[in-house]
Amino acid sequence: MKFFVVAIGLIVVSGLVSVRSQTANDTLLEQRLQNLTKQLRCLQCRNETVADSPAQIADDLRKEIREQMKAGKSDDEIIAFLHERYGDFILYNPPVKATTYLLWFGPFLLLVGGTLLLFRFLKQRRAMIETKPLTAEERRRAEKLLREI
Amino acid sequence: MKKLVFIPLALFIGLVVFLFIGLHKNPNGELPSALINKPAPAFQLRQLQNPNQTFSTEQMRGKVWLLNVWASWCEPCREEHPWLVAYSKTGIVPIVGINWKDDRAAALRVLSEGDNPYAFVVSDPEGRVAIDYGVTGAPETYVIDRNGIIRYKKAFPIEQDIWDKEIVPLVRKLNQ
Repeated sequence: MKFFVVAIGLIVVSGLVSVRSQTANDTLLEQRLQNLTKQLRCLQCRNETVADSPAQIADDLRKEIREQMKAGKSDDEIIAFLHERYGDFILYNPPVKATTYLLWFGPFLLLVGGTLLLFRFLKQRRAMIETKPLTAEERRRAEKLLREI
Repeated sequence: MKKLVFIPLALFIGLVVFLFIGLHKNPNGELPSALINKPAPAFQLRQLQNPNQTFSTEQMRGKVWLLNVWASWCEPCREEHPWLVAYSKTGIVPIVGINWKDDRAAALRVLSEGDNPYAFVVSDPEGRVAIDYGVTGAPETYVIDRNGIIRYKKAFPIEQDIWDKEIVPLVRKLNQ
């Protein structure tokens, strides 16, 4: 009798554990899916991510990505798969290549240019400062003011 | 010093010019296809009219052919349909249709209402083959050469103008 109770208890517990790990796996997968699809641009409603878009194609892509994840593909492999088919447009994080140099390095050019301009401006300002010695009258007034403090 | 004052103005004018050009561009313009000059993804799918038979891309090897992605729920495809019928009658190039994520009965109705422009029509109910081709919407048309390489893609209905000026010359060239 005791044996049966223990056995049934074990079966129930192991069942619960496997169900839990199953749902934990699913949540993990969905989280991974969410993270990955946030980096992908939907091809139909152009300024939405595949994660957010209600478009049919985004739905298909989510399905495809979920299946590839279940099949054990890495995020990089999945991105390569999609990039091969849909081109750079699907990536919100564009690759560094000849056509995207301006995009990637343009801001740094602006920063360098702006810094140079700023230094030139400051140098010109400094040149504008004239040192003028005080006259005797001004010196007397200044000393009087200092004494008042 | 005086000259520096005009820098913001120059930047502003530059920005206005850029935005002005941007305003006149089509935000939903065609995306460059990633598959041009690459092998057309091979597939084998059930035929729409006769699901017991399949069609495989291997069957078109050695031929120049068009691949047209369509669906009965797609308005522009229905508009394109009679044009495709007319093009198919010229016998210049065989057209293979992929019926994309469609209801079979509805698709068959479209084909029975007018003529059928397709040499073969296959069903892609899940849209799996469409993903392989990077299909973003319907209709889409591809020109595939004798070696199975994609030479052209249009994500737009094939109007008479596109047919005359782009597709026919390309098919002729590829057939030489």
